[in-house]
Order: sequence, then structure tokens, then C-alpha cells
Amino acid sequence: MKDIKKILEERILVLDGAMGTMLQRHKFTEEDFRGERFKDWHVPVQGNNDLLSITQPGAIKEVHALYFEAGADIVETNTFSGTTIAMADYEMEDLVYELNYQSAKIAKEVADEFTAKEPHKPRFVAGSIGPTNRTASMSPDVNDPGYRAVTFDDLRKAYKQQVEALVDGGSDILLVETVFDTLNAKAALFAIEEVKEEKNIDIPIMVSGTITDASGRTLSGQTAEAFLISVSHIPMLSIGFNCALGANQLTPHLEVLAQKADFAVSAHPNAGLPNAFGEYDETPEQMAEQIKEYMDKSLVNIIGGCCGTTPEHISAIAELAKNYKPRTVGVIA
Amino acid sequence: MSKQGKRKYLKLSGLEPMIVSANTNFINVGERTNVAGSRKFLRLVKEEKFDEALDIARHQVEGGAQVIDINMDDGLIDGKEAMVRFLNLIMAEPDIARVPIMIDSSKWEIIEAGLQVVQGKCVVNSISLKEGEKEFIAHAKAIKRYGAAVIIMAFDEVGQADNYERRIEISKRSYDILVNKVKFPAEDIIFDLNIFPVATGMDEHRKNAIDFIEATRWVRENLPHCSVSGGVSNVSFSFRGNNPVREAMHSVFLYHAIKAGMNMGIVNPAMLEVYDDIPKDLLEHVEDVILDRRDDATERLLDFAETVKGTKKEQTVDLSWREEPLQNRITRALVKGIDQYIVEDVEEARQKADKPIEVIEGNLMVGMNVVGDLFGSGKMFLPQVVKSARVMKKAVAHLLPYIEEEKKKNPTSSNGKENAGKVLMATVKGDVHDIGKNIVSVVLGCNNYEIVDLGVMVPPEKIIQTAIDEQVDVIGLSGLITPSLDEMVYLAKEMERKNFKVPLLIGGATTSKAHTAVKIDPQYKNAVVHVNDASRAVTVVGDLLNKRSNQKYIGNLKDDYEKFREGFLKRTKKKEYLSIKEARKNKYKIDWSIAKITKPNKTGSTVIEDLELRKLEPYIDWTPFFRSWDLHGKYPGILTDEIVGEQATSLFKDAQELLQKVFDQKLLGAKAVYGLFEANCVNDDDIELSSNKGNFKFRTLRQQLKKHAGKPNFALSDFIAPKESEIQDYIGCFCVTTGFGTKELAEKFEAEHDDYNAIMIKALADRLAEAFAEYLHEKVRKEDWGYASDEKLTNLELIKESYKGIRPAPGYPACPDHLEKLTIWEVLEVKERINVELTESLAMWPAASVSGYYFANPEARYFGLGKIKEDQVKDFASRKKIDFEYAKKWLNPNLIDT
Repeated sequence: MKDIKKILEERILVLDGAMGTMLQRHKFTEEDFRGERFKDWHVPVQGNNDLLSITQPGAIKEVHALYFEAGADIVETNTFSGTTIAMADYEMEDLVYELNYQSAKIAKEVADEFTAKEPHKPRFVAGSIGPTNRTASMSPDVNDPGYRAVTFDDLRKAYKQQVEALVDGGSDILLVETVFDTLNAKAALFAIEEVKEEKNIDIPIMVSGTITDASGRTLSGQTAEAFLISVSHIPMLSIGFNCALGANQLTPHLEVLAQKADFAVSAHPNAGLPNAFGEYDETPEQMAEQIKEYMDKSLVNIIGGCCGTTPEHISAIAELAKNYKPRTVGVIA
Repeated sequence: MSKQGKRKYLKLSGLEPMIVSANTNFINVGERTNVAGSRKFLRLVKEEKFDEALDIARHQVEGGAQVIDINMDDGLIDGKEAMVRFLNLIMAEPDIARVPIMIDSSKWEIIEAGLQVVQGKCVVNSISLKEGEKEFIAHAKAIKRYGAAVIIMAFDEVGQADNYERRIEISKRSYDILVNKVKFPAEDIIFDLNIFPVATGMDEHRKNAIDFIEATRWVRENLPHCSVSGGVSNVSFSFRGNNPVREAMHSVFLYHAIKAGMNMGIVNPAMLEVYDDIPKDLLEHVEDVILDRRDDATERLLDFAETVKGTKKEQTVDLSWREEPLQNRITRALVKGIDQYIVEDVEEARQKADKPIEVIEGNLMVGMNVVGDLFGSGKMFLPQVVKSARVMKKAVAHLLPYIEEEKKKNPTSSNGKENAGKVLMATVKGDVHDIGKNIVSVVLGCNNYEIVDLGVMVPPEKIIQTAIDEQVDVIGLSGLITPSLDEMVYLAKEMERKNFKVPLLIGGATTSKAHTAVKIDPQYKNAVVHVNDASRAVTVVGDLLNKRSNQKYIGNLKDDYEKFREGFLKRTKKKEYLSIKEARKNKYKIDWSIAKITKPNKTGSTVIEDLELRKLEPYIDWTPFFRSWDLHGKYPGILTDEIVGEQATSLFKDAQELLQKVFDQKLLGAKAVYGLFEANCVNDDDIELSSNKGNFKFRTLRQQLKKHAGKPNFALSDFIAPKESEIQDYIGCFCVTTGFGTKELAEKFEAEHDDYNAIMIKALADRLAEAFAEYLHEKVRKEDWGYASDEKLTNLELIKESYKGIRPAPGYPACPDHLEKLTIWEVLEVKERINVELTESLAMWPAASVSGYYFANPEARYFGLGKIKEDQVKDFASRKKIDFEYAKKWLNPNLIDT
């Protein structure tokens, strides 16, 4: 299979869209989430989307297939919350390895099917590594700013477990995403480097941060460029932003990365900002129209969608991307 | 562009990026947050005063440090824990966390712990080949994985590099290992090539500076992409005590080292002369030493240094600035607070201007903006700003007649300057203290706010009416005594009732964030801010009036106070209180059968008409004086403090000048009345005394907080023998004042547009009154009462209250109710005999007065009453035969919230 770095020099790669939005269409009940295997689990599990890779693997595979059909080159595994820290809510810490392994495995199966059909357009699986629900450089207690609910070492250990399973399951890429606290991301990257060394492998790494609001900073307070500098010690495949903002609000921050980064630049914005009911209502055409600006300005190498995006959105974006050359990456060390 | 050819730059980050490119100037690393370099920081960390330690970090960043070095290596500190805690706290302070952190330790475990809590790209300071290659590689690898840059000390298994060749040898070897074996990014390597002292008198030290400079040149030319750093002050170590020479040495050294490629380092900006400003002869001698140009360079500089030492900069008044352009002169006069030439300069400006008002809007505002910026960034201190204001006022006073004339000639023209906003300032009803209020007024005035100062003892109706009439943008209330707190609450209610929208500022010694949040803030829907620091006032008012962002700011304030309030109420509810009956059972018990009671040499009351003020000088406690000017630190140490020392010294000099004038010209009057009386404790909490005018009772208040076993619930009456013991005991009371004349002097200064001295005279009068109380207490102990006739205490011991017996004052923690002052006034006939009056809030007038009791029992001690319950207030009211509601009003600040 062709090296992804080579392909990146030739064209803009397309990432998939939202997993959660697609799964909501199934309206899975508590029973559906549990399946046969967890029918007696002692806490409610509805909402634990990662669990569906085990209990409803067909549904997950279907979503991956829909995105590949829509033109995605890369799909993300269904493992956004696949760490012991995030799984603690469902008391499923012990399932972390299996969840990640299975998720990677089924995504890889779908990817291989498509690659076999269309060898000129190989498909890739990115192991999705979410931020967890704790922050390592901020205190959750306003009265005690020095307090931390999670340490670097807690995160490093949890991420290491997830990374090992994602790699074992067949991920082609690791995607540290929705980074709201750079220290959490640094712990994930530290864990990845450890796994790479121990398994003696090399695997491309994508890092994607989140600019939370109009302040133009991450939740932990960094500017786009400070964020870039803080993770640049890792030989990344790409750096970018996802979530929180719609495509047009993200433009100025992508411009910073496009200008300063020696890596490829990725973006997977939301389908606009949520409306009063928390729904994303930007249409595929509207979103593609805004993403066209990225392409006109040559800001990105990898483009996809986050919350609220569907195969229709990805299809519109993929059609657009075909007509453009990717941003030229300065020096990849 | 070829890959090798592209210069890679050191990039660091805090919340914001910092890139060391060819175009960046020398990167200045702040070093005050280093326990080895700053005794103050060490003390704060040891005492776990992390808030103040954070202030040091903030001060560094505001002062221009682009990276802050943090070091916790001290035998008495748990370095790892302190490093983690301090870094975590820094991360919560965006104004500090915006710059990158240098994690400085000789212990790897501390470095690693630090790396694990900082999100940005740090610098590790430092690692070296000292312990061999294996450890060096392991540490470098970990640092790379954590994503930090690193300082490499020129140190190896043999020792520290101390000449040119060894510096090169170790740097080259370290660099090769890092780049080739560890794959460490070359641009993330910073060499510290060891700056050692020169001119030590030892031959082997002669080349210390030039070797560093030349090695720097070699490293930058031969080891691509790396940086060179160092601690500059080492080089001048042998000239400790001679700052002019040290400053020259630092700048000469840097001048040459930077040219050779040194691009970052630790430099104290206060210890740096501008290279071009170094006198030619000094420059030559210093360069001879730094560059090792002559065999006798050291001897020549030493000889020359003697002459430099003698001529301190301050002693020769340099008037060359008078030759500069007009605007420079005006700005300089404002920044430096020099008022000698301002009238002539302003006159020159007026003649050049079309209209006199332009001089204010143009020349003077340009200068004041410089002052505002310097103050805002911590480069000027409060006393300097007040001096600037004095210059400004003189300038405006000169212009006013011309402006008036212009108005008459041309009535339609704009009628004055655009100001940033109008602020009403007032000390509330019943309170006479205004030093803090005046300082805040001056500082705000300097920042282009128009101040409507209503003075002291201002009734609420007047504040409300003036605010409406003058359409003010902010109201600031000040107060020092506890009844003022209720006045402020009342005013907040009134403002709400009248539908006011303007923000309310609360300040003054008894006010607190807790009181503001719990009692005042809920009364007023709009912004209420507690500001107890003049330097904060400017930013707070600026934020409150910033039309673009103030709604958010006010929202945050309200939230903050609400959270604070909830937290506060939750905490206070946990405490348990005893009934007054139970508290009395747990009173402090002195064994009266063995207690030694001294009969005073002289009972009855005595008046001191006109004390020679100079006698009080040795009794002055200067520390609170500096505090009133926002300069924090203990006297005399504060005079040499690394941050405020210079300002404190200058302020102290001005204070001394005015004080001597006060002494010489007898500008203030010192009077006292005091008396010693037979007394006994009755009914647990009352003290009955008899004088020739009859019997009086002092009502004391008793602690009601439930104590740990064995800890008593104190009342002052516990220190006086009870009547039933049939032992005759005694009590004293007093009132001293040094306030007569203060008001007149302050008004005279104000009329001369000299707020600086107007505030100064009040601050001095306060100190003299306290000194008088100290003086009189000593006299009473040694002579009138005579129970400590052999006492010999130094001034410091007096301040520390090392003597026997106590001198509690109504309105202070042991006896917070002010009502007992009325009894003292009756017993001593204070008003009739020395003319000190009580206001309706029972503040003393003149303000520079002190009154209180004397207790002689060696077991008597100061304590804080704390909160009391309503049952005691009822009991107090019935003992005192006053209305319960009336008593409650006075004791309200001490009543527990129900």
C-alpha cells in the first residue's frame, strides 16, 4: 500500500464526519447498547458509544462504509472515549483494551474492502484518541487553583493502554484529537512515543486541537501558535483543529498553522455552531462553500468534519477537494 | 532553500509563543523566582505564602522577563512538592503563564515533576556530562519526549569548564551526543558556558570574561542552531557594594558577549548601565578588565573604583536633561516627579500652543500616559505616582487662569478636557480617615479620571445627591472604623432603591472582600468591587468603564462574589458557638491568691499639655507608614528590598525631611490625658472603677466561639481581680493625640497642589500618635504605675510588644465595640481637657489620636473577640441599660450571621 506521506504531497486527503450524529439515527435503547453480553451490567450504559463497537458492530461498520463511499480516505475508529479515565463513568475500565482493539479491527476490515475495490485510492484507519473528561493543567475547583483532578502520569498510563490496543487492532494512523488541554495531549504523545519504542514501530501521528470560543485560544489558554510549538517535538504527520467551531470561525486559526507549521495541516470543523436545540444545521452545500475558502487559500492538507457532519457533508467536501492541490508542506524532518 | 542552510530557531511557549530568531533581541530570563537567588522568594515559599510568591513571578513578567526561571532547590523545602504546587498555581494566572517557564533544579526528580505539569514548551535548566554520558543521554531523551528545550552546563566528568579550550571541548562533545545519538533538535539546545568573576586579584581569573565571550563565538559559529545563555551578575562579583562599577561591568560584558552570539541570559535590569552612558574613563578601565587588555587592568580598575564609589549618581544633580526638547522635559518632570521647572516648561508650551487647553490635552497627557504605563507595568511605585500628580497639579494650576480667560474670549469653544470618567470619592459618615482614599483619588486623577472628592464624614444623602448632580461614573467609599461597614451597606441599599447603575468601589482598612461579598454586594444589583490597593484601583475602574467589555467583567465580578459568599457562609456555619453563660464558665482563670498586684505610684488622672514631639521619634514604628503607601515590607529591611527598596528609601527621606520640619517648627500639637484607678471585676464581664468623680463601669465582651479543651473564652475583665476575691486591683485608660494642626497643614499643601505632602503629613501624624501611645505606655509602666520600673526594652522590642501588660483600644480586636470610648471620655473628661472629640460613629477627631485601656497583670494578653451571639448582645444591652436594637447596631460587625 502506498505511503500516506507520499499521497499527502499529491492531493488533499479527506477525513470522515461525525460518528455520534450517525449513530443517533438508530435511536439505540439501553437494551441495544447492552446487547446480550452486558445485559446484566450493574450501571446504565446508554450513551457509551464506544461500547457499540462490541454490541452493535454492524452499525459501526455501516457508518465507516458510508463515509468511505462518500469519498473519505481516512475513517476514525469509534474510540473517542476509550481510556480508563473516560470509561470510569460506566465502570468499564477493564474493557478498554478490547474496545479499542475491536474498534480498530472492524474499521480496518471495512477499509481493506474498499482498498481492494479501488486500489488507486487506498483507505486508512486513524485510531481516535480523545481528550478524556479531565484536565491536567486546570483545576476543576475555583477555590483551589493549584488542585488537579488528574496527573500527567495517570493520563500517560491510560493513553498507553489505548494506544497499544489501537495499534494491535490495525490502525494506520493515531489521531490525538479535540485537544482542549495541551498537557493532556502531551501525555498522549508521550505514551505513543513509549509504545513506538517498545514495539519498535513507526506510525504516523495526527494532532488536532480545539479552539473553544471567540477568544481564539484552547480551553487551557494557549494561542494556536503556542499550541503548535508545545507539541512540535513529536514528528507529526499533521497538526490541525477540530470541533467547537464551524468552518468559517476556524479560518484565522488554520491560517496561523498553515503559515507556521512544518507539518501537514488538518481541519475537521463542526457543521456550523449548534442552534438553540443543540442541533447542527449547516447543510453540506453551506459547509462546502466555507471550506472552499480553505482550499482557495491553500490552508489544508487533510479535511473532514466533526459534530453534525454526515456522509452528505463529506461527499460535498470530497468533491470539492478533488479540484485543489494540497498546501505545500515546508520541511518534514 | 537547502535543508542545512535553513536556520532553525528556538521556539518556546507559555500561553503565547516565544521565538528566539535572528531578529529577536537578547532574551531576558527572570530570576527572582529562584530560592537560591532571592531570599524573599525563599522565605515566601518556606512560609507557604504562595500568593505573594506569585506576585514576584507576576512582577517579573510585567517587568519584561520573557522567560521565568523557577528554582526550589533548598535543604529546608520539599523541592518537588514546591515546584509542582507553584507551577500549578502559575498555570492558573494567565498574566504569568503567558511566558515560557524555565524549570531550574540540580535534581532530576524535580525537573521531571515540573515537566509533567506545564503544558507549554519549557526550558530545563540544566543537565550536563558531570555524571557521565549514560545519565546525560537518559535525561536528554526524557526531556525530548516531554517536549522541552534544555540548558547544557559546560561541565563534564572532570569538572567545570574554566577556560576557552575546555568550554569548546565540552560543548562540542555534548552537542554531538545530543544531535547524533539522542536526535535532540539542535535548535532546542542552549549552552551555559559558565560566567565567572574577573578582577578577583588572581591571575587565573583574568581571562574568565574574554574566554566566555570567545567560547560563545566559537559555539555559535560551529554548533549550528544552538543558543548561548548565562548568569551575568557573576562577572562583577568582586565589586559587590560598588554598583556603578558593577553596572558598567555588566553592560560591557553583555555588549561584547551579545556581539559574540550570547542570545539569552539572567540579567537584573536594575543593575545595568546603558553602554553609551558609561563615562569614558570608567568604560576604558572596565573594558581593560573584561577583555583582559592590560596586565595591570585589575589594579587600575580597583583604584579607579574607589573614586567612582565616592561619587554616587544621586549626589551630583545632572541637569543635562534641561537641554532636551520641550516634550521630553515635561515628560521627564512628570515621570521623575520634579516640580522645580514645570511652570517654566508649561509656560513655554502655552506660548507655542494655539489654546492653553492644548497643553493639558497634549504635552501633559503625553507625560501622564507614560507615568500610567510605567505604573501599570510595575516600573513605578505609588509614592512616585503621587509625586507625578503633584507636578501635574502645579502645571494645571499655572494654566487655569489662561484657560478661564480663553473661555471668556471664546465661550463657544470646547470647555475643557475629555476625561476618562468621573469618580466620586468619599469617606463615609462618622469616619474621618482619608489617607487611603486620597491616594486612590490621586492615582485615578493621574490616569485622567475626574475626581469629585467629598472629603470625610460624608452623609449618605450627600453622596447620593452629588452622584446624581455630577453624573458620576463610579462611586468610591472608604472607611477605617467598623461602624463604617454598616454605612457602606446602607449606601448600597440606597443606591439600589434609587435605581443607580454606576459601580460601587469599597476600600479602607476594615473593609474586606468577605464583608463586601457577604454584606454589600447582595444589596446592589450593579457592580460592587472591593479594592484595597491603590494600584489595583486604576485597572478596576478601567475595566468597569470599558464599554466594550465591562458587562462581561461585571458579570464575572458578580459571579465571583456570589461564589465567595457561598463558600464563606458554608465555612462560617461550621463553627460552633457557646451561650454567653457557658462562655463565662470557661473564662480565663488567674490564680488571684498568688497574683502580684502593684499599687500605682499615682492614681487619678493626668494631662500632658504639649509634649516635645521630638521625644516621640525613637518610638515610631515605620512599617505601617510604608504600608500606607502600598510599599510592603518590614522597616528597616524595606529600605534595601530588592523590589521596592529604592522607592522606600526615597519616601523615607521625604518623610524624614517633613518630620524634622514638624519638629523644628512645632507644626503639630501633642496632647494626652490618662489616669490610673482602683478597679475590680464584677459580674464576670464588667470592670468597675472608682475615681474622684464617682464609679464607672467598662463593659467587656467575651469570646463565644467553642474552643478546644483547655482553651479559655477570654474577656478583658478576666485580667482584673474580681470583687469577691477582696483584692484591690487597678486599671488605666488614656487618650493621646498628635493630630492638632494636621488638617491645616494638609489644606495648605493641597492649596499648593502638593497632594504628596498633604498625604504625607497625615501619615506622619498617624505614626506620631501611635508613637505617643507607645511612649506614654512606657512612662506609665515605669513611673506612674511603676510595676515595670526596671524595664529596659529596645524600640524593636516595644514594637513587638515584649513588655508586661497590655494596651487594648476600643474598636480593635479585643474590644471591638466603640461604645466604651464614651465611658473613657467621661472618666478622663477627654473633650474638656484635650479637646479630642468623638464623631457620631465614635471615630476620634482629630484622626491622629489613640485611646485605650491599660492592664498591668503579667497574664494579660491581646486576643481577638471573634464572632459573638445575640444572647451576649442582649446581655450587654441590659447591663449597659441601652436599647437592644441600638446595641445590635454597634456590635453588628461581630454578630454571627444567622
